[in-house]
Amino acid sequence: MFKKLIFISLSAILIAFNVNAGSDGELILKKNQPADVKDCFEKLNRVTFAFNQALDGVVFKPVASVYKKLPSPIKSGVGNSLDNLSSLVTIPNNILQGDLKKAGINTGRFIINTTVGILGFIDVAQHIGFSEYEKEDYGQSLAKLGVGPGCYLVLPVLGPSTVRDTTASFVNFMGGDAWYNVTVKNDTQYFTDIDYYSSRLTSGIDFRAKNYDSIENLEKNSLDFYASVKSLYLQDRQQKILNTNTVVDTQDDSDWEEIENK
Amino acid sequence: MSIKKKVLALIILFTLNFNSIQAIEPDVFVQSTVNRASQILSKNISKDEKMKQLEIIAKETVDIIGIGFYSLGSKRKELDNNQKKKYSKLFEEYFLKSFSSRLAEYTNPEIEVNNKEVLSENYTIVSSVLSGTSERPEVKIDWRVYTKDTKNPLIRDLIIEGLSLARTQKEEFSSILNSNDGDINVLFETLEEFSKN
Repeated sequence: MFKKLIFISLSAILIAFNVNAGSDGELILKKNQPADVKDCFEKLNRVTFAFNQALDGVVFKPVASVYKKLPSPIKSGVGNSLDNLSSLVTIPNNILQGDLKKAGINTGRFIINTTVGILGFIDVAQHIGFSEYEKEDYGQSLAKLGVGPGCYLVLPVLGPSTVRDTTASFVNFMGGDAWYNVTVKNDTQYFTDIDYYSSRLTSGIDFRAKNYDSIENLEKNSLDFYASVKSLYLQDRQQKILNTNTVVDTQDDSDWEEIENK
Repeated sequence: MSIKKKVLALIILFTLNFNSIQAIEPDVFVQSTVNRASQILSKNISKDEKMKQLEIIAKETVDIIGIGFYSLGSKRKELDNNQKKKYSKLFEEYFLKSFSSRLAEYTNPEIEVNNKEVLSENYTIVSSVLSGTSERPEVKIDWRVYTKDTKNPLIRDLIIEGLSLARTQKEEFSSILNSNDGDINVLFETLEEFSKN
């Protein structure tokens, strides 16, 4: 029943957002413009955002403030291990996006880091010259297929997302995440559910600690913190979908031009 | 060549030379701005004093009025001259407080300019890196420099790890306006309140 529900949701989103497998970069860029992503559930999103802020104040912020005081090698080791686990989702998405070369590189990286790098704690692959690791997920793959983001969503605990990205994330629980499969989905003798959920929790704390000052600063200096977070999240997603290091903003100069021509 | 022509040629040559001497390369401009800010931040003075000195740098190097109107989006077309004046004043106060307060949190930041990309006659993106510390990873910062007046380049945006601050601000203002039926007075009040606190 659950699988059927996911299938129906996925089909609905694909139809609703008019999948176009032949989309080029420009179309993908246009579809993922942060300003064009509708906030259809704004009232509910703001309530969830307030809940997440309260939760952050009670759980994530205090834990992250302790975590960020840990010695740098430990923090980077934890970050590396989490990245290593995430490559189990990145690799199938490299394949889905037709980037077989990156899929090969990331598979090599995973094997080297898991073995020589002691379960990913040391990023040996980078030391020996592998290119910088870039995460991919099922939301990005759907976007590459031309699926638009749909409405903006704020999820309890998990934070900002879109209808497309939330729907796509269910693929992780349907066999799309090997780490989930060996910890939660299948009863193996090596791992338990706790391993999966603790890795997810640590990932959240690691992110909060890395962005500790930036988040504090942004909250303090924002006129509308909710809107700032939404904008930053959607800009970040747009960049990740396009796999670009260039400044996306420079691709739309119309507003600046109008100001100059006055 | 007559004396008049010689004098004219000398004047033209002098003017051309003078202009080329005065032109500032965007990367040099960013590095010198960063160095000035770093000097202030490493001084043993109060946070308020640091903020005051940073505001002076911001007024000289940032196109505050341009960013203000960019942040307003299409709403700027609906404002009359009085509203524009009021908005520019309120935005400048808000911007300076927000900008200096954000920067004043850092002590002795090390920013190294490492590249520049000329986008057009009017724009150059200057790339730099804020060195990491034990508490903060390395941060990539791009500066969008408006170079129409080569003698007086101005910063129009800061792009931190690919995320544009001007764009974020524009979407923040848009959200405030949308939540209040496009009433510009609500934005004025919000800006005033921020600057007062």
